[in-house]
Amino acid sequence: MVDTRHTPHVAMLRSPLSRARGLGSAHAGSAHWWSQRLTAVALVPLTLWFICAALRMTGATRAEVGAWLSSPLPLVLMLALIAATFYHLQLGVQVVIEDYVHREGTKLAAVLLVKAACVVLALACIVAALKIGL
Amino acid sequence: MALSIAHRVTGIGLGIGTLLLTWWLIAAAVSDEAFATVQWFLGTPIGLLLLFGWSASLIFHLLSGIRHLFWDTGFGFEAPRYDQSGWAVVGGTVVGTIVVWAVGLAVW
Repeated sequence: MVDTRHTPHVAMLRSPLSRARGLGSAHAGSAHWWSQRLTAVALVPLTLWFICAALRMTGATRAEVGAWLSSPLPLVLMLALIAATFYHLQLGVQVVIEDYVHREGTKLAAVLLVKAACVVLALACIVAALKIGL
Repeated sequence: MALSIAHRVTGIGLGIGTLLLTWWLIAAAVSDEAFATVQWFLGTPIGLLLLFGWSASLIFHLLSGIRHLFWDTGFGFEAPRYDQSGWAVVGGTVVGTIVVWAVGLAVW
């Protein structure tokens, strides 16, 4: 949040209504920032579970993977991990692109491409996990 | 500063790592041959190197991310705390990666 107390010209440019809404120039407010933190918090336990799960599945046969993901808890945790990971990933990569790519067209194209790729990969992982587990 | 850019670099690296997870899940869903191929690839030197980079990046990003979450709540910005938590992230990554690989290679 920019402190506008000593910059009256900035304070003047923002209407009281705009300031009350608190959404800023992107009209999205802190939604992006908050989503990134929310998924980060969810990913702390999910990542610890995933590391243990990956170690359990080291050298596993396809039948063993099938048996493992057929139990409700691993399947639910795997789906939660997939959703949180790809959501967090596209938010994070978007910030990196916005910081380093300065041509508007290229920036927009890169962000959209990353978001599309994350949606497709997430759906592919979800369908695969469900096909294994159900 | 160095850890901040490392958080970004490992984040991008983890994005590439999700491609491995996607491949592994799809292969397990599709056929025995596809799954045998992915399991074989992960055991090759290149596969093991990718897994090593992925695991180290994941542990670093996890610990560094927890550090960022503490900052978000307003804790840990003071000079000694800031440096200590930075070194804890580096040490935790080294120890965590060694433990994961010791267990992984033992059960492989």
